[in-house]
Amino acid sequence: MQFSSRRKKFTTNSQAELYGEPLQFYGQPPLENISLTEFETFAVERLKLLKTIENLGVSYVKMSESYTKKLGTESKALNFLYRPEADDRKPQNGPTEQEKRRKDHISHFILRLAYCQTEDLRRWFIQQEVDLFRYRFNDLHPKQKLEFLHRNNLQYDRITVEEKKALNDKLVNSSYALSGITVVEQDVYKVPFQDALDLVRTRKVYLKAGYVYIPHQDIVTIVINDFRTRLSKALALTARSLPAVHSDERLQPLLNHLSHAYVGQDYSIQKNVGKISLEQIDSLSGKSFPLCMRQIHQSLRENHHLRHGGRMQYGLFLKGIGLSLEQALQFWRSEFIKGKVDADKFDKAYAYSVRHMFGKEGKRTDYTPYSCMKVILSNAPSQGDHHGCPFRHSDPELLKQKLQVYKVSPSGISQILELVKGMHYQLACQKYFEQTHNVEDASFSLNHPNQYFIESQKALGGGKEIKRETEAPQKPQEIPTGGPSAAPEAAANTQDEAEMTEDLDSFFQDA
Amino acid sequence: MPSSDYDSACLPDILPLYYRRLFPFSQYYRWLNYGGVQKNYFQNREFSFTLKDDIYVRYQSFTTQNELEKEMQKMNPYKIDIGAIYSHRPNQHNTVKSGTFQALEKELVFDIDMTDYDDVRSCCSAADICPKCWTLMTIAIHILDRALRDDFGFQHLLWVYSGRRGVHCWVCDEAARKLSVAARSAVAEYLSLVKGSDETVKKVVLTDPIHPFIRESLVVVERYFPRYALQDQDVLGRKESVDKVLALTPDDILFTTCKLQQEFQNEKKPEIRWKLLKDEAKRKQGTSKKNQHFEKEIMLQYCYPRLDVNVSKGVNHLLKSPFSVHPKTGRISVPIDLKELETFDPFAVPTISLICEELDRPRTVEEDEKSKETKDKENEKDTAESRKIRDYKRTSLAKYVKYFDQFLDGMARSWKGELLKKSDLQKDF
Repeated sequence: MQFSSRRKKFTTNSQAELYGEPLQFYGQPPLENISLTEFETFAVERLKLLKTIENLGVSYVKMSESYTKKLGTESKALNFLYRPEADDRKPQNGPTEQEKRRKDHISHFILRLAYCQTEDLRRWFIQQEVDLFRYRFNDLHPKQKLEFLHRNNLQYDRITVEEKKALNDKLVNSSYALSGITVVEQDVYKVPFQDALDLVRTRKVYLKAGYVYIPHQDIVTIVINDFRTRLSKALALTARSLPAVHSDERLQPLLNHLSHAYVGQDYSIQKNVGKISLEQIDSLSGKSFPLCMRQIHQSLRENHHLRHGGRMQYGLFLKGIGLSLEQALQFWRSEFIKGKVDADKFDKAYAYSVRHMFGKEGKRTDYTPYSCMKVILSNAPSQGDHHGCPFRHSDPELLKQKLQVYKVSPSGISQILELVKGMHYQLACQKYFEQTHNVEDASFSLNHPNQYFIESQKALGGGKEIKRETEAPQKPQEIPTGGPSAAPEAAANTQDEAEMTEDLDSFFQDA
Repeated sequence: MPSSDYDSACLPDILPLYYRRLFPFSQYYRWLNYGGVQKNYFQNREFSFTLKDDIYVRYQSFTTQNELEKEMQKMNPYKIDIGAIYSHRPNQHNTVKSGTFQALEKELVFDIDMTDYDDVRSCCSAADICPKCWTLMTIAIHILDRALRDDFGFQHLLWVYSGRRGVHCWVCDEAARKLSVAARSAVAEYLSLVKGSDETVKKVVLTDPIHPFIRESLVVVERYFPRYALQDQDVLGRKESVDKVLALTPDDILFTTCKLQQEFQNEKKPEIRWKLLKDEAKRKQGTSKKNQHFEKEIMLQYCYPRLDVNVSKGVNHLLKSPFSVHPKTGRISVPIDLKELETFDPFAVPTISLICEELDRPRTVEEDEKSKETKDKENEKDTAESRKIRDYKRTSLAKYVKYFDQFLDGMARSWKGELLKKSDLQKDF
């Protein structure tokens, strides 16, 4: 994105020439003048699209039929391109294909500015953009795909017919969609395995001596890899030129807000510190902890030990519900020394990591509690672990037993298991909430264990608060067990941002 | 058993001796310097030491072999870990702007720990091992070594006994050292078949078609399964272990599980029971699409290597160094020669007490003569250095250092090529 005098030289580029193709690698930034209003609408709408992609990725299998269908509808609703054909006829209403492409182009570059600032933001942005790109690339006609490869100079080594024959069996056994006949028909490319990590990870490709053998139909993987690498490099470059953008007082607050929108509430604001006593934890874990935390808590009490993954997931959750550092140290120490660890060993080997969690050691990051997405997608539990999402990582049979023990009704259990089967883990957890709190229809959309806790406390604290008012997620939510709140201070902070962000906030609350 | 005479209380007394006279510094430096192909490769490498009373010191780094030696002889670490090569000297990490100090490269490493097999071994649990379950490590090494070489094309794999209950693998190829975090995690996941925690019963699920990598792994597992699982672990003998196996058979309309339960009542011999189960699986393959590989899944769940993927994923993850002492057992972390893998016995690995004792034994006449010879030849050379070389040769550490030397020679051939290329390039300009 150029804001300086350079833009004048390039205004001659006609739009038709710029946006002749349905899909692009975003190699060139847009060089035209746009109004602030347009700037903002474009950015907010793309952010909504990316947020939708993130949500779909959790609820559906990526690239499954329902996923692509849903994503198609959503892109259409947000006026992003949803059809690969360029259609010059002016549609009855709404923007033309050209206009959509322009919006796609510009909005992508605006979000680059907002999302280049930290590692976390970059990772999130790249992930969503890559998913979007994958969806769009797959949607192209075979001919358009070839054109795209051609235009972007993407050339990959093809293996010879003889080589193909020799490897036939192996190729067929490595790829779900291949049969002996299709191998003969299509080109097979040989690329370094580092360029097709998604296929390697899932063992969906034949691998030999460091090279993967990719049939043409799977070429999307390498193209995406290329896209990811380019985007990642571009973001690093953008980050360097950011100070220039930040000096623009019109853009800076907007960009900052855009970048904060992706996680919604991060539950790290520690307004609740000290509102919970250690004695309460046992009873709270039964009443108000989501199943994942209840499970970790239970195994901690049983084994007097937790492995790293469990300590992180649970420790940060406890921090989020209001345990102070001193309480946390006391909590972990008192539990661990009941097991094989003595107090001395605890202070040497474990206390550091507890302080680390609170940002008192190492690079002094104040770590935020894990969201459902993080729990579900990263660091799956293995032998000896108790962390993770029970709806995602437990055998349905064991999950069923557990739910029975926790006195969930048989019909509730079958509903939950049905959701688990459809891979709607967060919905399953929400159903569990409804069952254990006797709520007909939970009025929130669950995406964070700490949110579960807060909602649970609200539900148990009295019926009034269940009907959620227009409470912005940025505001700290009070736990009823505490004394008078510290809300006014926070309200002042958010006030100046409130105007611009109202639209976004309401969207993310419902998302 | 050599380790029986080891007492961890005497570590402070014998560690100085080990680092002064036995630790193979020159080989160690030769390894981590990688021929000096890349500038500051050794200098920017993180070491971390565990000292007495579990005091942990991170971000140590050294400019020369000499400095490394001096520092180790001064600190006498109970345990040494190796970390990544950073953008700056690790011991100066506090002086550079935060965010710029970054882990750039490291060997691709794997960590296999016997505790992760606790649900499928009946002989021991937790940190204990015995010759029966050690077979699991042999299987793991066979499977991973083949895949890393044939599938990923790596050549310089150093397998190391951790000193207690597991093995480590250091993939030292240049391409491996440069892998991104994403690539490391993709490799680790490609190699992981057993998924799930205590909350999962069935941890291996195969889908059709079976990937060539899994086929190759099955070849290894099938070779060991009858002796290891059926005899040594007796998985089809006692009632509760039989139930555990049967829990992994499909509970379907054909009542496979029930049928096998009944058949097992009349047949006690594990080998025949296993055959019955295999026959059932074969029958299944003809009739149904689902669960048709359950006998393979059972074998894999019991024998397939279980990786700690988090160790492999991170570039900055620390791993216990070869030739470090295991403070609990006193055994030295020694490289494993794969030519002798079948006979490798973790209990025969020398302890620090043993090799220090061997050092004190009077020399044999033969050895004396040899040393005289070398003395005559290398009269001019640094005598301390040559004495140290002679020292480890007199202990049971010798064969492991020798193997390490061979490994380094193999790597040296590849970095010689690199150096040649570099100097050629320079001539061009």
